[in-house]
Amino acid sequence: METKTPAPKRLAIIASKGTLDMAYPPLILATSAVAMDMEVAIFFTFYGLDILKKKKTNSLKVAPLANPAMPMPVPNILGAIPGMTAIATMMMKRMMGKQKMPTIAQMLDMAQKGGVRLIGCTTTMGVMGVKKEDLIEGVELAGAATFLEYAADADVSLFI
Amino acid sequence: MTQEPTADRVVDSRGTLCPLPVVDTKRAIDEMASGQILKLLATDPGSESDMKAWSRRTGHQILYAKTEDKVFTFYIQKS
Repeated sequence: METKTPAPKRLAIIASKGTLDMAYPPLILATSAVAMDMEVAIFFTFYGLDILKKKKTNSLKVAPLANPAMPMPVPNILGAIPGMTAIATMMMKRMMGKQKMPTIAQMLDMAQKGGVRLIGCTTTMGVMGVKKEDLIEGVELAGAATFLEYAADADVSLFI
Repeated sequence: MTQEPTADRVVDSRGTLCPLPVVDTKRAIDEMASGQILKLLATDPGSESDMKAWSRRTGHQILYAKTEDKVFTFYIQKS
């Protein structure tokens, strides 16, 4: 009898934001998906590209301003005061550490080891003056057509 | 299955949150032989639903599951 392995389910994600809180969701979904035998590509565009920058991966920040969901016991307007972003970021990292959440660098490593394709947007790199050597190892460089070709056959596509 | 099976390997993901219980499980399962049984311990409340979804998706069957003192225990047989 012929046994046919079905094509794996496919997840295509666009990561468009470069804050610490918004760096987690695409990476949590990607690492979960590969653990479920899905294939995954993440296209990092605009501020999302910061997640892949060697110098930024470990210093992504949380913006307390205009972020009323921030669990800070102060009025939102105080988020505009210098230093508040640093405090909010420190709080978030402490909360993450307490719950044994991996860092963004560790999440990226897990994703890469699981075979997730990390794609850096070349338009963003051109506009923002980012070079390939500014990014972590193993990143593919491509544009929208590459992502769309991949996403056209995806079972789940997300813009984050 | 009503009795706790004997595990060939144990993964302790207690104290971690999503996605680690699933990722840890997958990592261990990949190193095991077909038919072997993995015991997973987890405390993430999401893991109860997540492990079932993971099992349906990957085909590695949950033979036995229990919850005790907010700890979820799963026995998973590699397909």
